[in-house]
Amino acid sequence: MIQEKLLSICPAAVFEENTQWPTMNIDSAEWRKLAEALKNENDLAFDYLFCVTCVDWKTHLTMVYHLSSTLHRHTIVVKAKIADRNNAIIDSVYNIWATAELNEREAYDLFGVHFTNHPDLRRLFLSEDWVGFPLRKDYEDPINMIKL
Amino acid sequence: MDVKTQDPRATFPGEVHPTPGGGILVSKLDDVINWARSNSLWPLVFGTSCCAIEMMSTASAKYDWSRFGFEVARATPRQADVIIIAGTIVNKMAPVLKRLYDQMPDPKYVVAMGACATSGGPFFYNTYSVVKGADHVIPVDVYVAGCPPRPEALLHALISLQAKVKAGK
Repeated sequence: MIQEKLLSICPAAVFEENTQWPTMNIDSAEWRKLAEALKNENDLAFDYLFCVTCVDWKTHLTMVYHLSSTLHRHTIVVKAKIADRNNAIIDSVYNIWATAELNEREAYDLFGVHFTNHPDLRRLFLSEDWVGFPLRKDYEDPINMIKL
Repeated sequence: MDVKTQDPRATFPGEVHPTPGGGILVSKLDDVINWARSNSLWPLVFGTSCCAIEMMSTASAKYDWSRFGFEVARATPRQADVIIIAGTIVNKMAPVLKRLYDQMPDPKYVVAMGACATSGGPFFYNTYSVVKGADHVIPVDVYVAGCPPRPEALLHALISLQAKVKAGK
């Protein structure tokens, strides 16, 4: 029934079967709209964003958001596909879940994903003058990295 | 653990000649200083990852490195004689490690504990952030193998360091 509800918000969403948590795949353009619904709808009420990460598939990037609700005790995983690797853009959700502010900075730091409307998008762990995004699959560092 | 208690007179670098009303001690000042130093090596509280857990275990009651003179771990490099690099050194940590080493008073000794500190260990290949061995940053006296090494291995390394100090090297 939650699945039907989510499909009414995001008709193009694809759900994965036999996963640890219900997983929905969407396009990055739909993320902001879906995020607001996940937080604000009373029967969804996902008030806790407990993991934000990124996956580099070499052809595209995927932002993965793990959400749960402290009210209903349910969990969902949202995977937002960013088709353009070279110009990776997705909406920030820092004003829906405050924890996203730092998590998105981390994803920017290591994967080079640009979050629109993020208040303070700069490097988190690496130095300010670092060139490149080290967790991307095509990252090269001839000085510090020994390739196997 | 079975540990032989040793009479400290057996390891003292010198000879005692008993005479009526006291005795005469024959030794070399350098040897006495090194003997004293080796039995009072104070480590710096420094641990960057899981090796530090084994180091804490070595300090705790079961292994008790106080028996060998590593009595008190010092929280400031200015009072420490030996730094045990217990864990991975990343590029961001390297200047901090160098500064800690520079702040330690002479004579100072370095133990590289575990695979990360000796060579980068599991982070040797395909890592952009890890220093491939702490000896790229500071000189190392004793290397310990293991990931992480058992407390016995660390104790053996520290006793090897004592032998090195006693030999005046």
